[in-house]
Amino acid sequence: MNDVHKRFGATLALTGVGFAVRAGEVHALVGENGAGKSTLMKVLSGAIRSDRGTMRLDGEPYRPRNPLDARRRGVAMIYQELSLAPHLTVEENILLGMEPTVFGFVRRAEVRRRAAEAIQFFNHPEIRPGVEVRRLTVAAQQLVEIARALAVGCRVLVLDEPTSSLTQQDVERLFDLIRRLRAEGQAVVYISHFIEEVQRIADRVTVLRDGEAVGTGEVRDLSTEEIISMMVGRQVEDLYPRSRRTPGEAVLEVRELAGASKPASASLTLHRGEVLGIAGLVGAGRTEMLRTMFGLEPIRGGTIRIAAYAGPASPHRRWAQGAGLLSEDRKEEGLALSMTVADNVTLSKLTGFGPLGLVFPGRQATATQRWIERLDIRCRGPAQRVLDLSGGNQQKVAVARLLQHDVDVLLLDEPTRGIDVAAKATIYQLIDDLARGGDGRAPKAVLMVSSYLPELMGVCDRIAVMCRGRLGPARPVGEVTEEQLMLEATGKGDAA
Amino acid sequence: MIQTPSGDRLLAPKTPEGGVDWLRWLNLLGPILVLLAVYLFFAALTDWTMIRFAAIESIIIQTVIVGTAAVGMTVVIISGGIDLSVGSMIAISSVVGAFMLEIVGVPPLLAVLLAVCGGAACGLVNGTIITRIKMVPFIVTLGMLLVVRGAAKGLARSAPINIDNEWIASFARTLVPEERWKLLPPGGWVMILLAVGFWALLRYSRFGRHVFAIGSNEQTARLCGVAVERVKTLVYALSGACAGLSGVMLLSRQRQGDPTGAMGYELDVIAAVVIGGGSLSGGEGSIVGSIVGALIMTVIRTGCNLQGLQPWITQVVTGAIIVVAVAFDRLRHRRTT
Repeated sequence: MNDVHKRFGATLALTGVGFAVRAGEVHALVGENGAGKSTLMKVLSGAIRSDRGTMRLDGEPYRPRNPLDARRRGVAMIYQELSLAPHLTVEENILLGMEPTVFGFVRRAEVRRRAAEAIQFFNHPEIRPGVEVRRLTVAAQQLVEIARALAVGCRVLVLDEPTSSLTQQDVERLFDLIRRLRAEGQAVVYISHFIEEVQRIADRVTVLRDGEAVGTGEVRDLSTEEIISMMVGRQVEDLYPRSRRTPGEAVLEVRELAGASKPASASLTLHRGEVLGIAGLVGAGRTEMLRTMFGLEPIRGGTIRIAAYAGPASPHRRWAQGAGLLSEDRKEEGLALSMTVADNVTLSKLTGFGPLGLVFPGRQATATQRWIERLDIRCRGPAQRVLDLSGGNQQKVAVARLLQHDVDVLLLDEPTRGIDVAAKATIYQLIDDLARGGDGRAPKAVLMVSSYLPELMGVCDRIAVMCRGRLGPARPVGEVTEEQLMLEATGKGDAA
Repeated sequence: MIQTPSGDRLLAPKTPEGGVDWLRWLNLLGPILVLLAVYLFFAALTDWTMIRFAAIESIIIQTVIVGTAAVGMTVVIISGGIDLSVGSMIAISSVVGAFMLEIVGVPPLLAVLLAVCGGAACGLVNGTIITRIKMVPFIVTLGMLLVVRGAAKGLARSAPINIDNEWIASFARTLVPEERWKLLPPGGWVMILLAVGFWALLRYSRFGRHVFAIGSNEQTARLCGVAVERVKTLVYALSGACAGLSGVMLLSRQRQGDPTGAMGYELDVIAAVVIGGGSLSGGEGSIVGSIVGALIMTVIRTGCNLQGLQPWITQVVTGAIIVVAVAFDRLRHRRTT
């Protein structure tokens, strides 16, 4: 791949990335969340097309029109989310879309033969041709997906975070398989957050940062620290206002909280007038921790206390107790897109908009107008549908809900994900204002989850790291470095 | 250092501040314009006999049953659900009313109230199963369609129960000349009052906002502390109550509690809501639109009858109108998104 560019709307997701994979090589691609790994791989596998740049496969120009085209050319992508048809059997899945046919009828014997051939390679007890895929474990399903790629003769396999949902034993089995594939001359692109895995399995590594390839090298020549500094090495802009804050009483206390699957164990104390950051990788359990605290997911163990209220509670009660959650996924959960700005801002507390508990749209609009001005939400007015707004403005609407409700404890999950710099600056400024307690208001307590370390370093007073469901101790921001946090997040903290 | 990205400007307001949002008005007026067009079309074909008071009155009387039930269905569809059991609930309510009046012998007003309660109870069962066992509304109400129909037959011992009560019969009967000052028979007024009440409920109550929020994005509603289960249960109970009232209208028109009546009406009711701008994916719909939708279907049916067209043509035309209405809806969505 050479000089690949991809532009999404106003943001450049990729700016001139180039790297090469050789046959019989495992090439790792690492980078922070949002560095452009997934976008690059989508270009490679034909899911999206690049705006500029060239790709060559075996010396031939390569520009797949869609994933099927890429597959025909020999490039297959194994996604994080498995893309098998759960109700079909293993053999049907393996040859799905390329069944050998006679006059439109599937040649079952041929299907069976070719599937058996593909499966043979894995030598996995669970995987038999006639088993429905949904009855398999996640690890076995992943292998079926790889078998599907091999059955059509793919020579380049792209694995996106393949170990994120595997047990240690399954990881070993997968690594064993990858080594055998390499020995057979397959080219494997291995995308991962986990440096440790990369060091074990990959021959070479390319580091992506902010849509650029910042370095490629032999894995054995690079130390962990070198890889990490390539991943995070960027200058922090002066984007983060920080006024003098005076932490007050503890308003949120969590002790050994455990959720259904994640978090495994999380303890923290959040004070008024403080911004506490939670760092970690996607899938570490940070979102689940916030959702468990907020009553959106069941609690398995541990205690939560918000202000004077102890014990678990429904989201409705949490709002009443003075806590508000900003969802990481504003399209799926955070906002009702087909409703108006005013409805979205006021949805959590529809009181005080008329007598007898009635809700007058006019008064909703008046209340909302204040936030539109305060947060500079670009819209036609309170009655415009949220759907028509840009990402940054949608996010401001979601934030405005917490302000309108006037909560004391703000749980912010990736508050700046997918929004432009100007909107980010507004939100940073707002967080600072809230923690300082301007305009005669009492200071608020802010708990902020983010995958973007410079932002956490810039905004927070203390930072704790979550790794594989466990939350580490919170330390003042002056006592940690980005490198240290990244090490801990990737599960190598003890070595540092 | 911080630049304003051009992305924001691309999404700047499409209409100037204070300008008329034509699209919004079109959404609201669309069904009404269609109703006028269809009405005038048939009126012209029938030498304007349909313009007469009696014809309009007859159209409204024929709309009352479907229209009343459509009010409740609108709420269900806005919440993102569906209720296939309304036809059966209409039937059982009419049977309950007749049974109470003729066999138990309660006063007429109480019989009417019990009929409405019967429908509401069926709806409550729907809502409870949907929210407690977390089943898809389509399946639950499909099952209830059969259960309730069977129960209605059982209660009536498989034969209609005739009633002899002038008060109930007057609900959906054409007015005698000296009562013309009432403009509409009581059933018509009940439907209009019900529609106004539900319109206000949806627009000005917390419950109404919650219904829209659940239909628009259930996860957001939950995040914002909306008691999703309770609201949904209530939604189906309200649909049942409206169907119950619709059953009273059926009782009035047929002068009997008929366990096999209102067969397949759920489809007419759903069609009325959809023609009126309701979206089966939830979050959208209007009471006024649904009533207008029900009127459109009656006008087509009456018009075709007056033309001496065979019933099958009426069906084809009605079906085509439904598809066209929904196609128009899709087109509108593609424009706005």
